[in-house]
Amino acid sequence: METPKPQKISPKKTPIPEQPPQERRRNFGEVALGYSEEQAAQEAGRCLQCKKPLCVTGCPVGVPIPRFISAVRQKDFKRAIETIKEANLLPAVCGRVCPQENQCEKFCTLAKKFDPVAIGRLERFVADWDRSQGSVQVPETAASTGKRVAIVGSGPSGLTCAYDLAKLGHNVTIYEALHEAGGVLVYGIPEFRLPKAIVAREIELLKRMGVTIVTNAVIGKLITIEEIRQQFDACYIATGAGLPRFMNIPGENLNGVYSANEFLTRINLMRAYQFPEYDTPVKQGSHIVVVGGGNVAMDSARTALRLGAEEVSLVYRRSLAELPARKEEVHHALEEGINMELCSNPVRILGGDNGHVTAVECVRMDLCELDDSGRKKPKPIEGSEFQVKADVVIIAVGTGANPLIAQSERNLTVTKHKYIVADEETGKTSLRGVYAGGDIVTGSATVISAMGAGRKAAAAIHEFVLHDSQLPAKSADEPPARKK
Amino acid sequence: MALIKEKRLLRAPDVFYFRIEAPLISKKARPGQFVIVRLHDKGERIPLSLADIDADGGTISLIVMAVGKTTAEFTAMQPGQDVLDLCGPLGNPTEIEKAGKVVLVGGGFGTAPLYPIAKAFKNAGSEVVTVMGARSKDLLIYEKEMLSVCDRVLVATDDGSKGIKGLVTNALKAELEQAPADLVIAIGPVVMMRAVAETTRPLGTKTVVSLNPIMVDGTGMCGGCRVTVGGETRFACTDGPEFDGHLVDWDVLMNRQRKYIPEQKHSFEQWKTKHAGVVCE
Ligand SMILES: Cc1cc2nc3c(=O)[nH]c(=O)nc-3n(C[C@H](O)[C@H](O)[C@H](O)COP(=O)(O)OP(=O)(O)OC[C@H]3O[C@@H](n4cnc5c(N)ncnc54)[C@H](O)[C@@H]3O)c2cc1C
Ligand SMILES: Cc1cc2nc3c(=O)[nH]c(=O)nc-3n(C[C@H](O)[C@H](O)[C@H](O)COP(=O)(O)OP(=O)(O)OC[C@H]3O[C@@H](n4cnc5c(N)ncnc54)[C@H](O)[C@@H]3O)c2cc1C
Ligand code: SF4
Ligand code: FES
Repeated sequence: METPKPQKISPKKTPIPEQPPQERRRNFGEVALGYSEEQAAQEAGRCLQCKKPLCVTGCPVGVPIPRFISAVRQKDFKRAIETIKEANLLPAVCGRVCPQENQCEKFCTLAKKFDPVAIGRLERFVADWDRSQGSVQVPETAASTGKRVAIVGSGPSGLTCAYDLAKLGHNVTIYEALHEAGGVLVYGIPEFRLPKAIVAREIELLKRMGVTIVTNAVIGKLITIEEIRQQFDACYIATGAGLPRFMNIPGENLNGVYSANEFLTRINLMRAYQFPEYDTPVKQGSHIVVVGGGNVAMDSARTALRLGAEEVSLVYRRSLAELPARKEEVHHALEEGINMELCSNPVRILGGDNGHVTAVECVRMDLCELDDSGRKKPKPIEGSEFQVKADVVIIAVGTGANPLIAQSERNLTVTKHKYIVADEETGKTSLRGVYAGGDIVTGSATVISAMGAGRKAAAAIHEFVLHDSQLPAKSADEPPARKK
Repeated sequence: MALIKEKRLLRAPDVFYFRIEAPLISKKARPGQFVIVRLHDKGERIPLSLADIDADGGTISLIVMAVGKTTAEFTAMQPGQDVLDLCGPLGNPTEIEKAGKVVLVGGGFGTAPLYPIAKAFKNAGSEVVTVMGARSKDLLIYEKEMLSVCDRVLVATDDGSKGIKGLVTNALKAELEQAPADLVIAIGPVVMMRAVAETTRPLGTKTVVSLNPIMVDGTGMCGGCRVTVGGETRFACTDGPEFDGHLVDWDVLMNRQRKYIPEQKHSFEQWKTKHAGVVCE
C-alpha cells in the first residue's frame, strides 16, 4: 500500500501528554500518559518510510519499525500490533523502558537534522491500544511435543524464552526465587515508569498458554541444576545480575544506607509505600542522597522523592552528558527537582550517635585525561571535600552475578565474576542441554537485550530437544564457544 | 502455599511450635538452614530457622516467638490454615563432621535450631554437650528434646530456679575448663552470642555463631542482611548465616538490627488494637 509522503516534516517529536512535574513528584502514577490516536497518527506521519530502514538495525530484536509505523499512520492499529509482535513479545514494556536514544531512534534518518521519529512512544501507543481492546487473546500453540523445558528466573529473558517455547508446543516450567514473577520488571522498575498491571497481564498470558510458574523456588538450593537436567529435556538459566555492589567506603553499614535493590524491592515488590497497610517498612527520609547515574539511580531518586522527601540529591562521578540513564528519565528527574551533584564522588558516610546516617562526604572530580575506553577519567580534586546532609543514602553503583547457581553446580563454566559463559547466538553453556542468557551472561544490560537472548535460546532449545536430547545427558558436556 | 499440620504452645505466652507441610524443602534442608515465610499478600517476608526436618513425613518445624506484628500474626494461625509463601531452604548448612567434643550454646528460641544440629553431630559420632540459658526455668524451651539427643545438657538461669545461677557463659566457661571442646556453636540473642565468642576467644576454641540480621529476600539480592566479618562485608543469607564468632563485628550487627524499631512498633501497635486479646497479652 502506498503511504502518502508528508508535506512538511515537523522538526520536533509530537509531544506526549505527561503529568505535570509538580503533581507527579508526589504520586506513583505513570509520568507519561500516552498518545491519543490522532497524536500517534500525526507522529507516524513524520516517518520517511526509508527504503533501507536503519532504525531496524538499531533494534536488538529487529522490530519491523517502518511497517508498524505505516499501519499506525493508517490507523490500522490491529495490524500495527501484529507487526510488532512478530519480533517483540513485550512492546508495552519496551516502548516505556528501552533506551531508544541508543537504539532504534539513534539510527533514524530524521535524527540527522531533526528529532528522530518517536518510535518508543509509538510502540507504547500501539501496545496500550491493544491492551485497551479487552481480554487478552491467547496465542495459538503448536501441538504438544512432549518435551519438558525448565526456565530459571522469570525476568524478561525467562518470560520471552517461555513464550516462544510454549508456542512451539513444549511443556515449560518457570522457577522463580521470589514470591512474584517478573524479575526486575516487578521488583526494580517503579510503577511510575512501568505499571505493574502491564507485567501481570503478560504473566497471566503465559499461564493461559500452559506455562507453569513455580514461585519461592531458589534453584541451587531447593532444586539443583543437576536435578533439573534429570527431570527435563533442557534448561534455560536467566537469573539476572541481582547482587548489589557496595563502595567499601567507611559508614556504609550505618542504618539508613540501602542498596538500590533493597530500597526498590521494599517499595515495589513489598509495597512499603503503603506501610502500614502492607507490613514491610522503609525509612522515609527527608534528605536523600543517591549514589550512581544509571537507570537504577534515577529510579531510586525519583522514588524517594515520591515517598515525600524534601530534597533528593544524586551524586555522580561524571558530567550530565555522561549520565548512563535513559535520556527521558534524566529529563524527568530534572523537571521533578532532583538535585544533581555532578562530577562528585562519595568518600565516606557520616553517622550520629544513634548509628544512623547524617551526611555524605563527597569530593569533586576533575574530568581531564581520557581513559582506555576514551571516556574522560574522573580524578578527585584535592581539598574539594564537601558534605551533603542525608538521613537516607541509596547506593546504586551497579550489580554483579548472584553466585548461588554457580556454587551449587561446579561443572557450569563461569567467568571470574561468576557470570555464566554462554554462546552469544544460542545461549549454549558448558553443560549439555543447559542454556543461559540475559543479565546473568552479559552483566546488567537492558530489558530488550535480555529478551533477545531468551528468544535466541528458545530457538536453539527447540532444535536441541527435537533432535539431540536423547543422547546421554552428562557424557557430552563440552565448553561453549567463547565469544568476546 | 504451605499447610500448617501441627501447632503447640511451647512456652507461655508467646513461643509456639509449628509443623508445616513442605515436601520438597524437607528433602533438601539441612541443619543450620532457614526459610523465609510470607503469611499473606500484604505480609512481610521474615526468616525463621529450621527447628526440625522430617524428610520422610515431608514436613519442617519452626519455632516462632511473637515479638512483633508478623510473628504475632503467625502465632495466631491454626492447624489447617496455609502460610501463603514458604521459601527455602536458605543459607548454608552447618558443617557437620565427627568433631570430638561439640558444645552447643542456646539462648531464647536459639535452642530450637540447635536441635537438628545436635542430632546431626551425634549421628556423626561426636560428643555433644548443650548449654542452655534463660532468665528463669519457665522460660526454657526444648530442654526435653535436647536431653533426648545430647550427652549432657547444662542449664543456667539468671534467678537460679534451675541449674547454675548465672549466665550461660558461666556454665560454658566451667564446662570448657573441665574439658576443652573442639567446637562451640552458639545460637541466640546477639548479646549472648557475643558473650560466648568473648568467652572462647582466650581459649582459642573454634566458635561458630548464627547471625540473624534483618532480611528481605534471603537470596543475596538486597544486601540488607550485610554483616561485617573479618573486616569484610558479607551477606548473612548467602554467605552465612553461620560465621566465625571471633571475626564478627558485633557493634555493626547490633546497630543494624535496631534499624526499623519505630516503624515496627507502629505496625505492631496498630495490629494489636485491631486484634485485641488474640495472642500473647
Ligand atoms: C531499577 C532498574 C531500572 C532499570 N531500568 C531499565 C530501563 O529503563 N531500560 C532497560 O532496558 N533496562 C533497565 N534495567 C535493566 C533491566 O531491567 C535488566 O537488564 C533486565 O531485567 C534483565 O533481565 P533478566 O531476565 O536477565 O533478569 P532479571 O530481570 O534480573 O530477572 C532474573 C530473575 O531470576 C530470579 N532468580 C535469580 N536467581 C534465581 C535462582 N537461583 N533461582 C530462581 N530464580 C532466580 C530473580 O529473582 C529474578 O526474578 C533496569 C534495572 C533496574 C534494576
Ligand atoms: C536467619 C534468621 C533466623 C531466625 N530464626 C528465627 C526463629 O527460628 N524463630 C523466631 O521466632 N525468630 C527467628 N528470627 C527472627 C525473626 O525473623 C524476627 O523476629 C522477625 O522478622 C520479626 O518480625 P515481626 O514483624 O514479628 O517483628 P518486627 O516488628 O519486625 O520486630 C519486632 C522486634 O524484633 C526485632 N527484630 C526484628 N528482626 C529481627 C531479627 N532478624 N533478629 C532479631 N531481632 C529482630 C526488632 O528489632 C524489634 O525489636 C530469625 C531471624 C533470622 C535472620
Ligand atoms: S524494541 Fe526497543 S529498540 Fe526495538 S523498536 Fe522498540 S523501542 Fe526501539
Ligand atoms: S536478605 Fe537480601 S541479600 Fe540477604
